[in-house]
Amino acid sequence: MSLWKVAWRSIQQRALASALTAFSVGLGVALVVAVLVIHNVIDRSFRRGAQGYDLVVGAKGSPLLLVLGTVFHLNLNRPLDNIPWSYYEEFTEGRFVHAVEAAVPVCTGHDFKGCPAIATTPAMFDELTYQDDRKYEFTAGRNFKADKPFEAVIGATAARLTGLKVGETFRPVASGPGGHEDEVDFEIVGILAPTGTPNDRAIFMNIEGFFRCPTHQQGPSAMQRVLGGGAKEKDAAKPSDSAPKADGAAQGDAKNEAKSEELPATERGLFHEGELPDDPATTENRPDSGEMRDAPATGAKPDAAAAAAKPGEQATGSKPAADGHDHQCDEHCDHDHAHDHERNRELTAILVRTNSKAPHFSMSLPDAINREATAQAVYPSREIFQFFDTVVGNVQLMLLILAVLVVVVASIGILVSIYNSMSDRRHEIAIMRALGASRLIVMGVILLESILLSLGGGVVGIVLGHGLIGAMGPMITDQTGVQVAMWDFQLIELVLIPGLIFLATVVGYLPAAVAYRTDVARSLQAGT
Amino acid sequence: MLKLREVVKNYVQPDGGVLHVLDIEQFDVAEGEQIVMMGRSGCGKTTLLHCIAGISRPDSGRIWIDGWDITLMSEAERDRFRAEKIGYVFQTFNLLPGFTALENVLLAMRFTGRKVDRARARHLLERVGLQHREGHRPTQLSVGEQQRVAIARALANRPKLLLADEPTANIDTGNQAQVLELIRSTCREENVSLVLVTHSPEVASQFARVERLEEFKRAAQTKQREKVG
Ligand SMILES: Nc1ncnc2c1ncn2[C@@H]1O[C@H](COP(=O)(O)OP(=O)(O)OP(=O)(O)O)[C@@H](O)[C@H]1O
Ligand SMILES: [Mg+2]
Repeated sequence: MSLWKVAWRSIQQRALASALTAFSVGLGVALVVAVLVIHNVIDRSFRRGAQGYDLVVGAKGSPLLLVLGTVFHLNLNRPLDNIPWSYYEEFTEGRFVHAVEAAVPVCTGHDFKGCPAIATTPAMFDELTYQDDRKYEFTAGRNFKADKPFEAVIGATAARLTGLKVGETFRPVASGPGGHEDEVDFEIVGILAPTGTPNDRAIFMNIEGFFRCPTHQQGPSAMQRVLGGGAKEKDAAKPSDSAPKADGAAQGDAKNEAKSEELPATERGLFHEGELPDDPATTENRPDSGEMRDAPATGAKPDAAAAAAKPGEQATGSKPAADGHDHQCDEHCDHDHAHDHERNRELTAILVRTNSKAPHFSMSLPDAINREATAQAVYPSREIFQFFDTVVGNVQLMLLILAVLVVVVASIGILVSIYNSMSDRRHEIAIMRALGASRLIVMGVILLESILLSLGGGVVGIVLGHGLIGAMGPMITDQTGVQVAMWDFQLIELVLIPGLIFLATVVGYLPAAVAYRTDVARSLQAGT
Repeated sequence: MLKLREVVKNYVQPDGGVLHVLDIEQFDVAEGEQIVMMGRSGCGKTTLLHCIAGISRPDSGRIWIDGWDITLMSEAERDRFRAEKIGYVFQTFNLLPGFTALENVLLAMRFTGRKVDRARARHLLERVGLQHREGHRPTQLSVGEQQRVAIARALANRPKLLLADEPTANIDTGNQAQVLELIRSTCREENVSLVLVTHSPEVASQFARVERLEEFKRAAQTKQREKVG
């Protein structure tokens, strides 16, 4: 007969009071578990959002808002400012082409039945990945095609929430008060498999169709001027052309390069950005941009060679987008209109995966972008980390402290419960002492009882907490895109066990001391 | 076996006066001997048993049990000694209410340094005629049955000495004789010395040796006078 059993018998004897006490501890523990799991969910949903690309390039302003708006599709009160389409071309064929592996344009500011509708290119799913380099998959249908301007795909959660199926159409609505429905129907051609990222909640439509929509002037104010230049587009449409050209420019510049510093080069780039609206300048000024491109390679020929090897890959990378422009012109014969507008096309942001094979370029890219007036380059992971640690992290720390306090209060309930029963059990303690139990043993029995109650409560709480999470799982997934399983244990939950034992020992100490001091002779008399 | 010398126990009263409960010059019980201790209520019989069991400590004097002087022991040593050498049966409420009859016997074994001997626990319950009740809680047993379990438990660790404080006082006359006989026979079988406190002359009449606690008191008159003064 172990002392555990003695303690357990004592709990059984006061079953109802013990159960209630343990349950109150359980509620506190459930709260702690819920806070921990939700903390993890939020943490995961925030940190996961921005995988597959490492930079977000958008208009100057709050980096955090840019990230929240583009990575997490948060519907911000004020729409994000835009950047010109031509700036995107800097990534696909211009100055920055060597520094990026993939660049995907996005336009935010629309939604459908509460799900953000994002205009982008098929590269979003063809070239970008999510989480640990996982490729996007479709549970139904396929990715939208660049040459089909009115195709769209839908995230798993958004599909459930909106009820949209493959083959059905929808009309995006400009977000915000008085948002107009666009007079353009997009057809859903694919449903994405769940990714556990904010993309699950979004709809993605072909940016070509989006730009053609006649009414979306009502959308974000900066969308007033729509669509961009055809000639330039056609240029872009021939990657085999533009790539060697860029290549040649790079090599040509390499000679001049040695004398120019990186900074002046980018400053000059900044200068020429101002002239950009005049379009042809883009190509003509490319030597300048070539400088930037080659700058990091200065004095290191092998690097330059490596860079030179890139464009081939680059070109293939940007192909779908380029294709899109091409076909658009084939399909829609209002060329003039298109020309007019494409010149003034604007984007919310560009999601950029930097070129991991050319770290020099990649690392200097944000600086180069940020020095110019057009745009800013933001590391989403860094913004998220800061945001999380300062704002979200603090709120959750508070919640966690509150939850722990609940456990502490519930533990004091153990103290009260056992302490109140001490007068009843004085005689039992005296009998045990008369049988030869030492003071330490009767004290230990009380402590073990306290520990059993609190651990029992802990188990109840963990089951309750995870049950709660399990029950709330679908809701959490809808809201955050993060999948939570009922038995999604956090390693930190293991801390609960020693924590509860410690608490139980502390609160059990007072009644245990009473047991220790029990006057056996007198207590035996009292019983008889 | 049991040997008391010059044992004095006083209690300080709430009003500051001193109550002289025990003052025993000499008291001996031989091995296997069975004696009855009588005395008027409040004369200190229970206090004497507590001192012998090591539950209370005399103010002065020596108590030897089986050759060991328990007055020289620390409290923890006395606890262990009590577990191993002394069985104790009270008037009522002997058993721990949360435990079955068998568990009550096993629990007593838990406090010795030895291994718990289930077979012996069962054997003892059988000996007191309760083998079929071993899973019952005290509340499911009659007072007489509870006393029989208490006897079995007191003998669990093969003690040298059994102290019984009015073990039959709360039992009806028919069962009284049965329980008393059980105590006496089991003590004989296990060669355990027995000190049994009782008010009942009927019970006392069955014993060869009957002592009155008052008779052990030295200079009782003097002390009495001091108390009044
Ligand atoms: N802890 C104590 N403090 C003060 N006085 C005590 C204490 N314990 C017992 N006494 C007193 O000591 C005296 C002897 O008590 P004890 O219980 O030994 O008597 P007893 O002979 O067993 O009586 P009874 O036959 O009624 O059981 C009593 O007067 C009692 O009031
Ligand atoms: Mg008494």
